[in-house]
Amino acid sequence: MPLLELKQVSKRFGDASVLNEVNLSVEEGEFVAIIGYSGSGKTTLVSILAGLLAPDSGTALFDGRAIEGPGPERGLVFQNYSLLPWLTVVENVALAVDQLHPDWSDSQRSAHTDRYVSMVNLAAARDKRPAELSGGMRQRVSVARALAMSPRVLLLDEPLSALDALTRATLQDEIARLRREQNQTIVLITNDPDEALLLADRVIPLTRGPGATLGPGVPIPLPHPRDRRSLTHDPMFQRLRREVIASLLSVAARTTTSLSKDLILPNLEPEDLERPRSWSTRSGPVRLQERRTVTVPAPTDD
Amino acid sequence: MNSTSLPVTASPISTAPASHPIRAGIYRWFSRLDWFLLPFAGGAAVLALWYLSSATWAKDLPNPTQTWIASKPYIVEPFAKRGELDQGILRFTWLSLILVAKGYAIALVIGTPLGFLLGISPLFTRALDPIIQVLRPVSPLAWLPLGMILFGGWKGANVSELAALFTISLCAMWPTVLNTAVGVRAIPQDYMNVARVLKLSRWKTLTKVMIPATLPYMFTGFRLSLGIAWLVIVAAEMLTGRPGIGGFLWQQYNALIYEQIILCILTIGLVGFILDRLMSVVERRFRSV
Repeated sequence: MPLLELKQVSKRFGDASVLNEVNLSVEEGEFVAIIGYSGSGKTTLVSILAGLLAPDSGTALFDGRAIEGPGPERGLVFQNYSLLPWLTVVENVALAVDQLHPDWSDSQRSAHTDRYVSMVNLAAARDKRPAELSGGMRQRVSVARALAMSPRVLLLDEPLSALDALTRATLQDEIARLRREQNQTIVLITNDPDEALLLADRVIPLTRGPGATLGPGVPIPLPHPRDRRSLTHDPMFQRLRREVIASLLSVAARTTTSLSKDLILPNLEPEDLERPRSWSTRSGPVRLQERRTVTVPAPTDD
Repeated sequence: MNSTSLPVTASPISTAPASHPIRAGIYRWFSRLDWFLLPFAGGAAVLALWYLSSATWAKDLPNPTQTWIASKPYIVEPFAKRGELDQGILRFTWLSLILVAKGYAIALVIGTPLGFLLGISPLFTRALDPIIQVLRPVSPLAWLPLGMILFGGWKGANVSELAALFTISLCAMWPTVLNTAVGVRAIPQDYMNVARVLKLSRWKTLTKVMIPATLPYMFTGFRLSLGIAWLVIVAAEMLTGRPGIGGFLWQQYNALIYEQIILCILTIGLVGFILDRLMSVVERRFRSV
């Protein structure tokens, strides 16, 4: 029985169909990467898996039971870290631990919290607030918070997309390490084919929204641990990469050829109220009463 | 990097100094002294206008010298008590501050939870928002008689004090109520999602997520409320004749002694300014979290 399963799941927001008849099944111990364009409904998909959103039709199952809300067995790492800025690193992680294990003693809880803070190499920064941390460190706190709940599946919603390339690579290695050491079941949402290929056992492209659905998955039989430098020259990696990108592009080509949208620019530019208005120079607000129509061509299959 | 979205005032763009060396020199000299010279010049201009007015068209207005001479005993002996309505200026201020503190405390104790309810529940908002919008602009002068009527029947109660507290708290409450409500509505959905994913209890969601996230807005409300409470005190004391800075002002006016009126006005302004500065220090401390 799959650990996590979606059956014919559809979700609409108003008139816009975001997800259309999505099917997914994730086995225990599997690392699945779901890859798609921005705006294709990736975050909606992960919100349904996490239980933050309910599907309009179809069923979302965890361990054979319908998902009725968020739960500690499905740890979610948010795209924008979502740390509470008024709590320190250790307090952010402890929030999850304290809630989950009210029966533990204080020392048990703090030992558990410290273990996960050290696991993501943040022991030195344990008493810092999120504002004092770099983006990569914040995301590690977010991962530690999710892992501290000992989830049966870890849901990563574009965890690395806001980070610079070097930090990204470091954190990719850490995710790979967590995966090897804990045999954690992971669902990774990403927009980077190389990241998906480097980490996952199976890569599933999400078609371009609206009405996105999951394409057929591509199994990645490359052995772990994978080394990013030698991997790029591996013929199997190159073949799989072409396959994944081709399937992404083919699902894109099937959708509408172009979409046009009105960009209504804000009427005012923020005014600096600290500065008194002067007689000679124009310091008033600049009005941008423009309406631009932009046509965005869809990528073609070539 | 502060992740809560708060309005941040941009730093003023520095205007380029003039290219001419002498003009550049004058410019530098001015920019070094203008923080001191300009307020000084402004004050001097107002003082001159005051002299001129009391000498020409406003003969009843004592000029600055007369005001200073008459006000001196109240300033050099700020805590003297010569009679119920003849006390040192800081003693009067202290009496007013105590009354304001009581009224302000009532306003916060009622206003903050009310604001939270309005922020959380659309039902509450729909039920109460119209009445709040109607009551909000009502002047303290209009509330005070109502307070007198409400508490007039209480045996042994200090009716004028209760009415003054009623007025202060009712007028000062609205900024706290409205800012708290806006703050609660502005809590990022991400934080609420965190609370849901971590399965925080209602109490923990409130204390660990919602209240800290709303604090900056709440303190903006608290600061505005304090300003209003201090505004209302004068009206309340005038109408009730309680000893205090506003009561003193009104009493002197009725006794046709105009010399201390400006003293009272300046004191009220100065105290209000200090209160506002103090609150903004507290507010900034909470914003920087």
